[in-house]
Amino acid sequence: MTTVAVKPATMAQALTRALRDAMAADPAVHVMGEDVGTLGGVFRVTDGLAKEFGEDRCTDTPLAEAGILGTAVGMAMYGLRPVVEMQFDAFAYPAFEQLISHVARMRNRTRGRMPLPITIRVPYGGGIGGVEHHSDSSEAYYMATPGLHVVTPATVADAYGLLRAAIASDDPVVFLEPKRLYWSKDSWNPEEPAPVEPIGRAVVRRPGRSATLLTYGPSVPVCMEAAEAARTEGWDLEVVDLRSLVPFDDETVCASVRRTGRAVVVHESGSFGGPGGEIAARVTERCFHHLEAPVLRVAGFDLPYPPPMLERHHLPGVDRILDAVGRLQWEAES
Amino acid sequence: MTVMEQRGAYRPTPPPAWQPRMDPAPLLPDAEPYRVLGTEAAAKADPELLRTLYAQLVKGRRYNAQATALTKQGRLAVYPSTTGQEACEVAAAMVLQERDWLFPSYRDTLAVVARGVDPVEALTLLRGDWHTGYDPYEHRVAPLCTPLATQLPHAVGLAHAARLKGDDVVALAMVGDGGTSEGDFHEALNFAAVWQAPVVFFVQNNGFAISVPLAKQTAAPSLAHKAVGYGMPGRLVDGNDAAAVHEVLSDAVRHARAGGGPTLVEAITYRVDAHTNADDATRYRGDAEVETWREHDPIRLLERELTGRGLLDEAGIEAARQDAETMAAALREHMNQDPALDPMDLFTHVYAEPTGQLREQQDQLRAELEAEADTAPEGGTHR
Repeated sequence: MTTVAVKPATMAQALTRALRDAMAADPAVHVMGEDVGTLGGVFRVTDGLAKEFGEDRCTDTPLAEAGILGTAVGMAMYGLRPVVEMQFDAFAYPAFEQLISHVARMRNRTRGRMPLPITIRVPYGGGIGGVEHHSDSSEAYYMATPGLHVVTPATVADAYGLLRAAIASDDPVVFLEPKRLYWSKDSWNPEEPAPVEPIGRAVVRRPGRSATLLTYGPSVPVCMEAAEAARTEGWDLEVVDLRSLVPFDDETVCASVRRTGRAVVVHESGSFGGPGGEIAARVTERCFHHLEAPVLRVAGFDLPYPPPMLERHHLPGVDRILDAVGRLQWEAES
Repeated sequence: MTVMEQRGAYRPTPPPAWQPRMDPAPLLPDAEPYRVLGTEAAAKADPELLRTLYAQLVKGRRYNAQATALTKQGRLAVYPSTTGQEACEVAAAMVLQERDWLFPSYRDTLAVVARGVDPVEALTLLRGDWHTGYDPYEHRVAPLCTPLATQLPHAVGLAHAARLKGDDVVALAMVGDGGTSEGDFHEALNFAAVWQAPVVFFVQNNGFAISVPLAKQTAAPSLAHKAVGYGMPGRLVDGNDAAAVHEVLSDAVRHARAGGGPTLVEAITYRVDAHTNADDATRYRGDAEVETWREHDPIRLLERELTGRGLLDEAGIEAARQDAETMAAALREHMNQDPALDPMDLFTHVYAEPTGQLREQQDQLRAELEAEADTAPEGGTHR
């Protein structure tokens, strides 16, 4: 077996590579959004694409998110495969009507005759010191909209594999990019990029026996850290990276929870009406007789996203996760 | 010595040179809506085209009457009529080539039918057995769009994509006066102009957005004037003059096809009927106003022109009526049949492959239907 010299790459670089490979493989793939052309995007994810493929394939649009997504709908109607960049989570809101009233339901409205293969890339979440309107976790809105797939990577390799899968999907995919992981590095070989990951499969990031942390996107590394720290408490935590919120991988999630008997859902999004409520309900409905304790949620507070100097108090951290693990009714076992 | 004197003479650097990016004058609409019928321009109009327009208008009027009747018989859930607006509806369909695309609003089923879509399929949305009854690719007609003006950016994107692929395709998108207040109207026109997309934006200004008159909708000199702000030409036309609407839209389509970019066309017309069969128009307008517009009726205008010039006689008028009656009878007959409904269809087209939870819900509904069938009395149905 030959070993390949593997250089660490960032998640942003893996995303760029995924876009580039998708554009090279299929002339129908068009990238569009604000500042994606000459500048290469504010996070540089589209760096070099306009130069390599021309401005007709990687287009700086006028500054109007409903217009960007609305025109992408028309382009998809004509057989293109648009990949739209929403510059920040909270800047995607003007496109909501197009997303909900058209993108999500065109297949359904037309009895399958007019599917819309559109990928909507949304940098999301906090932890980068962003001022107001730059740190929202908007996944619950997308999850609540039938017709959309909602996907979010937590590793460099998944960023590549899942974005390729999103672009290849004949259904619209909201692709949530955890912006604080853009610069996270991993041993990933851009010369031999990871295979395209199927959408809808969760993965066990860290096997464990005591309890399961169910998480995704920016909270995955935090949960991995918490799992390491938990060893000193005598807990062997399993970490499941959901990767896809829609479709939801009940199988992998429930297999883990049935094994460990305890679960905590961890995300930055608020807990009230957030993804954790749905996840906890699904786990409880399916694994009730295996549960030793109620499924708990560790989430952002139910607040408008706080100013950057206060955000560390809002974001779920290792201590808050371990506190929740500590409340999983261990008394019964002693 | 003043401070300024101490510093020496202050000479501001001149700002960078500025000039308008284009001369706005050619973009401006005419002062009056363009008219053909009853003017000198009528003599130049193709008699065959005028006769075709007439036959289509008569058929369109009958279609509106028949669809409205179907709401009273419970065969349609709702019908937004275009009685009085037939010239706009018919011309919008007629000016397009087969390869072109039409983007209708929910009020534009007549344009959709005039484009060649089966009337039953065009009315499926309003009957309520599915959302879009026709295959959009068969006649290149986008789904009837209910959220106002949201289909306009689709038209821009489609036309842009066609141009990128080197296809000679024009998109014509229809919207009402109320729809021009929506943000998507603005964004669509802006994108179209920036991209020079081959699109025609066709506004039917029928005076009302349900009950709200134009004066509460805009302070612009006309809706066509809005074009200037985007850098595209605005054209104003008498929307009840079928020959004029046909000519102005044809010019705009030709302009777009030739690479000239988008045009905004505003047709001045009037919604003679209420917003829908569920609306009471007497709450917001008087009979006298409606009567004025009945006088300026698109069929009457064209009939006067044609008969005055000896291009149409009583037999021709009767033939058009007969043709319309045949269409109405067929529509009635088809709409009087119950649509085939399969509740399991609900799950079929949400995704390419149903998700796990949809499969579970599908099983649930199937079980409910089976239980219903078991308990239904002899000869009972699910309906």
